[in-house]
Amino acid sequence: MSLTQVLTGSKLGRRFLDSAFAEALATPHGVDRYVEMVDPLWSRREIRAEVTDVERKTADSVTLTLRPNTNWAGFKAGQFVKLSVEIDGIRRTRCYSPANSQFRRDGRIELTIKVDPAGLVSPWLLANAEPGLIVQISPAQGDFHIPLPHPRSILLISGGSGITPVMSMLRTLTERAYIGKVTFLHYAFTEDDVIYRDELAEIEAKYEGVRIIRAYTNADNGDLQGFFTREHLVAADKHFAEAETFLCGPMPLMDSVRAVFEAEGITDRLHLEQFAAPTRTVPTDEATGELVFSASETKAENNGQTILEQAEGAGLNPDYGCRIGICNACVSTKLTGITRNVLTGEINTDNDVSIKPCISAPCGDVSIDL
Amino acid sequence: MTTTKTKKLAPEQIEAFGKELDDLRARIVADLGEKDANYIRGIVGLQKKLEISGRALLWAGWLPPAWIAGVTALSLSKIIDNMEIGHNVMHGQYDFMNDPEFTAKNFDWDNTIHADSWLYTHNYVHHTFTNIVGKDHDATGYGVMRMTDETPWHPIWLLNPVFCGLLQTFFQWGTALQEFESEKWFRGEQTWADMAPARKRFMEKAGKQALKDYVLFPLLSGPGAPFTFVGNATANLVRNLWASSVIWCGHFPEGAETFSIEETEDESHAEWYYRQILGSANFTGSHIVDVLSGNLSYQIEHHLFPDIPAYRYAEIAVEVREICERYGVRYNEAPMYKQLWSVWQQVFKLALPDSTYTQGVLAGLKEIVTFPFSRKKAKAGAPASAAAEQTVLAA
Repeated sequence: MSLTQVLTGSKLGRRFLDSAFAEALATPHGVDRYVEMVDPLWSRREIRAEVTDVERKTADSVTLTLRPNTNWAGFKAGQFVKLSVEIDGIRRTRCYSPANSQFRRDGRIELTIKVDPAGLVSPWLLANAEPGLIVQISPAQGDFHIPLPHPRSILLISGGSGITPVMSMLRTLTERAYIGKVTFLHYAFTEDDVIYRDELAEIEAKYEGVRIIRAYTNADNGDLQGFFTREHLVAADKHFAEAETFLCGPMPLMDSVRAVFEAEGITDRLHLEQFAAPTRTVPTDEATGELVFSASETKAENNGQTILEQAEGAGLNPDYGCRIGICNACVSTKLTGITRNVLTGEINTDNDVSIKPCISAPCGDVSIDL
Repeated sequence: MTTTKTKKLAPEQIEAFGKELDDLRARIVADLGEKDANYIRGIVGLQKKLEISGRALLWAGWLPPAWIAGVTALSLSKIIDNMEIGHNVMHGQYDFMNDPEFTAKNFDWDNTIHADSWLYTHNYVHHTFTNIVGKDHDATGYGVMRMTDETPWHPIWLLNPVFCGLLQTFFQWGTALQEFESEKWFRGEQTWADMAPARKRFMEKAGKQALKDYVLFPLLSGPGAPFTFVGNATANLVRNLWASSVIWCGHFPEGAETFSIEETEDESHAEWYYRQILGSANFTGSHIVDVLSGNLSYQIEHHLFPDIPAYRYAEIAVEVREICERYGVRYNEAPMYKQLWSVWQQVFKLALPDSTYTQGVLAGLKEIVTFPFSRKKAKAGAPASAAAEQTVLAA
């Protein structure tokens, strides 16, 4: 152990392992492959993290605390990371937003994962995550964060597990003794489904500038009831048009908030992060045409699913990450044909353009560089 | 290698045969998972331990027992790295894991041939056009050996056994240079400039390998540098001899068939399977031999399913053998020493002109002696022999 610390823990050791000399000795496999034999967290470039704590705060969520290695460069509150875990020999990657303050002192990352019973990664984590597990994460990504200098008034809206990025914003702002006004409107089925219920109450009691409004769709003991309406928005903050609004939640919530902001003509004040389960589409009979995967010289009858799903169905192994259209891992060039964005319904008719196969379905014949 | 053909199956039989192989493949693919990931990680762990102990022992290489143990460990490390790990990972056998460390496009091995070159000459050319004379560079003897009677004889082939020995000795360099297809340069079909990208890749990869084995590690041994240098060279040699022997056993033994470009035009997927089986040969041996050969002891299964984890070939072979028996397809399998013996017999046999075997020793002798004269005649003759001559010059 002491040798390990000298090698990977000391400055000199790190300099040696980063040197061209060490790389030349370890060619072609690289230094990491040997150092990981004594320190599984160590890597020259990869961000590896050890799970140090696992909490199951609600019946359908699991909260992981990660201790990343020194390659982790931190994040801005609201951003997400791609988390990779290996399940039955296959590495699976999903996007999650850290919920902790970006200034958390011990540098650890807190991920709260809502369990999608029909999913793969989240149920696995709920059942199997335990301290000591080593995972990979990506650098923080995404434009969903509070701009600098901070706006004077901030409105946070979230639903369900969409609370994580806005929770990170709330924690970061309060920890930084932010002097503006923060209003946080959160939607949940009932009181018991609010993942950070106790902490929210503490924050509310401690900081005068923070107002928290709880809206329950399946119970009547909240500040508001039912699904989002313009009235809810006014009740939360009647000066909402002057605030910068950060929104994350299920699609119906996002759609209705967006509609209100559009009607008000203030969409430039609305910042949103899509937070949904991986897109799963079903084959339809109406689908026509043929899907050509040009790089692998494979063809498939279009069955209406997303291009990523159809590629996998055809036996290909394309890169992918989030499967919900945000991480860009699967981006490929569409050579010809028309595709439809399954989330927005948007039609793309251009040739030789980059598309995201995980959220694009072919309309008729499509050729893609996969 | 031979051009004598086994009786060909009827087209509909071949299709049914292919269907059974597809079903077999689907069953194995559906079963891939943690077991396979654990297997390859275990093998990589073993290889790393062998490599580190080999390097450490050679550091004390002036002690004879340490030198011998060091060379043994490093040879095994290189063999396992190239055969069971490199060759197989680079076929995409572990791509299903989605782990960048085991993804074909990211992987590189402890060998002078650049991974990108290998993906082209081996994964694409050799595995797609297996044993097609004129397309598969490997099948006819890598351009430096005469391994089929479809390569016309020339007096230079009297040195066939020497070429074979040299290629085995310098195998990693031979395969590294293969993508240059330098015989095309000799024939004037490509210019020095055409070969620039291949040359650049070669210099980059081979340079790094040579620096590590022949400069840096010897230097680290200080006064013991010569022992480390010779030790590393010996480990590379052992790997070269072993790897080439394993590969020779895959397609060169008696009974492995070659094909012409014409007969393989428009072939179906099932016919491709059929050709892979007829053109390949297995060898039997212990489990250790399987690991050290990267499971190329199951060359037939490897050619049928190059992208399925190779250690699965043993279980797949049971079914393939049974399917072949039912359809009456020849399944070429013999102990390793027999296959190697058969290869070397071919090497010597093909060193002499074919007339030696068809018309007797005297006729053969006459062809050798009169070759310079007959060649002039041929030049004035049919254009077909001009093409034949080009192939000869490939040597």
